[in-house]
Amino acid sequence: MSVLVDGLRKRFRDKVALDGFDLRVRPGTVCGLLGPNGAGKTTAVRVLSTLVRADAGRAEVAGFDVGRQPAQVRRRIGLVGQHAAVDEVLSGRQNLELFGRLYHLTGSRARARASELLDRFGLADTGNRAVRHYSGGMRRRLDLAAGMILAPPVLFLDEPTTGLDPRARNEVWDAVRSLVADGTTVLLTTQYLDEADQLADQIAVIDAGRAIAGGSPAELKSRIGGDRLEVVVHDAADLPVAAELLRTIAGAEPERDVDRRRVGAPVRDRVAALTEVVRALDAGGVPVEDIALRRPTLDEVFLTLTDGKVSA
Amino acid sequence: MSSLYWTVADGWTMTRRDLAHWARRPAPVVVGLLFPILLVLMFGYLLGGAIAVPGGGDYREFLLPGMFVMTMGFGVESTLLAVTTDASRGVTDRFRSMPMAPSAVVVGRCGADLLNSVLVLAVMVGCGLAVGWRPHGGVGATLGAFGLLLLLRFAFLWLGIYLGLVVADPGAVTLVQTVIWPVTFLSNVFVSPDSMPGWLGAIATWNPLSATAAATRELFGNPGAAAGWIGVAAVWPLLLVAVFGPLSVRAFRRLSR
Repeated sequence: MSVLVDGLRKRFRDKVALDGFDLRVRPGTVCGLLGPNGAGKTTAVRVLSTLVRADAGRAEVAGFDVGRQPAQVRRRIGLVGQHAAVDEVLSGRQNLELFGRLYHLTGSRARARASELLDRFGLADTGNRAVRHYSGGMRRRLDLAAGMILAPPVLFLDEPTTGLDPRARNEVWDAVRSLVADGTTVLLTTQYLDEADQLADQIAVIDAGRAIAGGSPAELKSRIGGDRLEVVVHDAADLPVAAELLRTIAGAEPERDVDRRRVGAPVRDRVAALTEVVRALDAGGVPVEDIALRRPTLDEVFLTLTDGKVSA
Repeated sequence: MSSLYWTVADGWTMTRRDLAHWARRPAPVVVGLLFPILLVLMFGYLLGGAIAVPGGGDYREFLLPGMFVMTMGFGVESTLLAVTTDASRGVTDRFRSMPMAPSAVVVGRCGADLLNSVLVLAVMVGCGLAVGWRPHGGVGATLGAFGLLLLLRFAFLWLGIYLGLVVADPGAVTLVQTVIWPVTFLSNVFVSPDSMPGWLGAIATWNPLSATAAATRELFGNPGAAAGWIGVAAVWPLLLVAVFGPLSVRAFRRLSR
C-alpha cells in the first residue's frame, strides 16, 4: 500500500478533526478523498505529509510511519497544498531551483530539473517571469512541478483546483494525469465531485472525521440505485399518463416535475426499460420531447451518503 | 552527511533566496536604506538645533549612534514580514514537508537579515560621515560598537521570528510598525532621558535600545558619553535571545500540533 491509515485520530482544541479515519491507497492509483468542508480532508493530508502529528492511530506512507520516520516520508512525497505555496517574488525557474537545492540536488542538477519541469508543465516560456505575474492556473502548475522535483512515488494534492476557472482546472487535471501515467500514486482531496470522477480510480468519502464509504466512482454511483429513466413530455396534460406508464414499467413510483414536464424513475434493466417506455408512449399517442437514461451524478451519491441515508 | 552540514548548506540556500529577492525587487530594500537617511536629515537639521546634547557636542554626533540603533530596531519589521508572508502563503508548510534541515528556515532568515543589517549600517555610516559624525575611539572600540549593534539586531531577529510564528498574519506588521515608534522615542535614541519626567526617563534609560545607544556612544568616544553601558548592551540582547529563542523553537514545534 502506498498509503495505509488505520484508526487515525486528531483533535484540535475545540473540535475533533479525525475520529478513527481509515484509508488504503494502492500504488499507482489516484484516490479521491471527498467530503464536505470541515470533514477532516485537509487534516488527513497534513498528518500524512508529516505537517501535523496525529493523536492516535497508524499512518504509513510509502512504507514508512509518518510519526516515527518523518524524514523518510518527506523524501518520498510531494505536497501541493491549498495555497499555491511558491515564492511570489522569484521567477518560476528560481522557485524550482530553490526547492531543488533544498531537496539536496546539486546546483547543476537543480537547474536541469527546473528546466525539465518547466517544459513538462507548460511553463517553459514564462519560466523567467516573477510568479506574482502568473495566472492562477500557472501558479498551480508551478506548485505541482515543485512537488515533483524528486519524482516522489506519492503525491498529495489538497484541493488542487479550488478557485480556478474551468480552463485552468483542465490544465491542472492534464498535469495530474500525466503524473499518474508515469506511475505516481496520488491522494487528492476535493470538494468538486466531477474532479474526483475525472481523476480518481478510488473514492473515499469522509464525513465528521471518518471514512463513511469507499469504492470506484461507478460502484458508488450504483450504490444509490443505478440508472434513472427520464421522460419529458411535450404537453403538461400528458404527465399523468406518462407517469402511469413509467410506474408500470419501472415498478416504482416516478418523481414528477410539473414545471419541466418531466417524470423520472429508477430502472434496473436500462435498455429493456427504455424500449418498453418508448413503445408504450408511442402506442398511447403521447408526444415526447426527450427521453434519457441517466446515471446518478457523484453529487447525488455524495449528498445521499453525507445525509446518512446510506451507511457504509 | 552530517546534519550540521545540511543546516548550514540549506540555511545558505535560504539566505540566497532573500538575496535573489533583493535583486528581483529592490524597492523595499532601497526604501529601507533611504528611510533612516531621511530621518537623520530631519532630526539632524530640522529638529536638532532645538535639542541640547548632554555633555555638549554636536547633536548629529549624538544622533547618529541612536540612528544606528533605531535601524536595528526597524529590523523586527522585516523579519516579521518575511516570516508571516511565508506562513500565510503555505511556503513554510512546503518547507516543513521537505527533507531539508528544519533549522535551515531560521538559519537562512538570520543570514539574510544580518546581511541586510550590515548593508544598512554601511549606508548609515556613509550618511553619518557626510553629516559630520566621526568615530573618535580606536579601531577596536569602533568595531566593538558595530558588534553590539549587530548583536542587538540578532536579538530582534528572534523577537521577529517569534511574533511571526505566533501571529502568522502579514497584517500584524502594521501593528509592529506602529508600536516601534513610541518604543524608539521612549529611549535615548533622539534625546537624553534626563530631559524627560523622572519616571519616564527611568523607563527610557532601561530600554534595550538605550543600552546599546549609550554603549556605542561610549565606544565612539562621544563627548560627555556616560560610561559603564557596554556590559548592559551585551546582556540585554542575550537576555532577549534567551527568552525568544526557545519561545520561537516552541512556536515552530507547535505548528505540528
